Amino acid sequence: MAKSENGPAGAHGHGHEHHHDHQVVPDDIALRVRALESILVDKQMVDPAALDAVVDAYENRIGPRNGAQVVARAWADPAYKARLLDDGTAAIAEIGFGGTQGEHMVVVENTPEVHNLVVCTLCSCYPWPTLGLPPVWYKSNAYRARAVIEPRAVLREFGVEIADDVEVRVWDSTAEIRYLVLPERPPGTDGMTEEELAELVSRDAMIGVAFVPPPTGGRTP
Amino acid sequence: MNGVHDMGGMDGFGPVEPGADEPVFHHRWEGRVFAIRAALRPKDRVPGWGSFRYDLERIPPADYLRMSYYERWFAISLDRLLRSGLVTRTELETGRPEPGSPVEPLHPASPRRASAPGRLDIEVAPRFQPGDDVRARNLHPPGHTRLPRYARGKAGIVARDNGVYALQDTDEAGKALDRPPQHVYTVRFAARDLWGERASARDTVYVDLWEDHLEPA
Repeated sequence: MAKSENGPAGAHGHGHEHHHDHQVVPDDIALRVRALESILVDKQMVDPAALDAVVDAYENRIGPRNGAQVVARAWADPAYKARLLDDGTAAIAEIGFGGTQGEHMVVVENTPEVHNLVVCTLCSCYPWPTLGLPPVWYKSNAYRARAVIEPRAVLREFGVEIADDVEVRVWDSTAEIRYLVLPERPPGTDGMTEEELAELVSRDAMIGVAFVPPPTGGRTP
Repeated sequence: MNGVHDMGGMDGFGPVEPGADEPVFHHRWEGRVFAIRAALRPKDRVPGWGSFRYDLERIPPADYLRMSYYERWFAISLDRLLRSGLVTRTELETGRPEPGSPVEPLHPASPRRASAPGRLDIEVAPRFQPGDDVRARNLHPPGHTRLPRYARGKAGIVARDNGVYALQDTDEAGKALDRPPQHVYTVRFAARDLWGERASARDTVYVDLWEDHLEPA
């Protein structure tokens, strides 16, 4: 999928494409996007600062560090964990996260018996307020196609081996519910603060394609 | 529609390639497309615009597979602006506003705001209860549907009632089906019931389905 980032840009399907149709220029899409933004700005239909603010929000504020705070709180506070598993949306809102693509959150817990994995086979639905925008691999044809039919093989490609006696539970986000995986708390983390715990939690662990490894001793730089 | 977007269970796409430390937007234009889409999203209910998802699905299969996520978003956003006349081809080619062409201010929705067609706060009697045996109907509608092909005709068990939502499925023109709001259920399927011997006997797949997608088993 990443390889196609600079691939042919045209959607031929709606009958509007013309002279770019058979011409593959690597940065063509960048020029076309710039042309569109420029005309929207010239017509005073959009404020470029408003577009900047959207990009800034997702580049700098709305990302997996949010979800990591949710996970750390659940590990540190059993009452919070119970609320989180009972009503994910409300418990996540307690920490201050919610909004677009997090309107209805369900949190699924990894245990020694169950390993959860999240996918959206039809589109690329993803819990934006807690994880930010999805990585390229999550949106890739390969992940969307394979996560439901051969989740264990997909997990192996992420270096995750699931024992035969553990149930792999795949969640296909086909409606408006968005899923967040609550990973297992690693050993060696007793006495760590929520902030320290949150540093251990990766985006991938909250999608279900990684474990949270035990701390290596000392803070990660 | 039985489109190539409905990918669950397809083979041949090769390995998943995890990326380490990837940026949120790989190119500046991706961020601009995302933000322009955010500005257009409040207009999705405008007559004639219809389902963004269905528009994405109608990109011809070969193009769909070749395009990246944000390339698809750009293609559909541009198409909608052209179709509605808010931007004209001449304007794009000359880079100058055409005198008399319509101007409509577009404001990106705040990320803090709910955007999705959310749960409705209304009482509707559920047809199914958690624990019920159900079967995904063998539907092949030409419009947008949230019932993936791999689940059609398959039996499962209702795991959760998620409350009442408007059905998002559309007719062939992209217009919402004239159906009442209804419960959305999370249905648990045994992976073997979906994929046969290829799946582990222990594994399960959970799919969120509207009541119209289900029948008693």
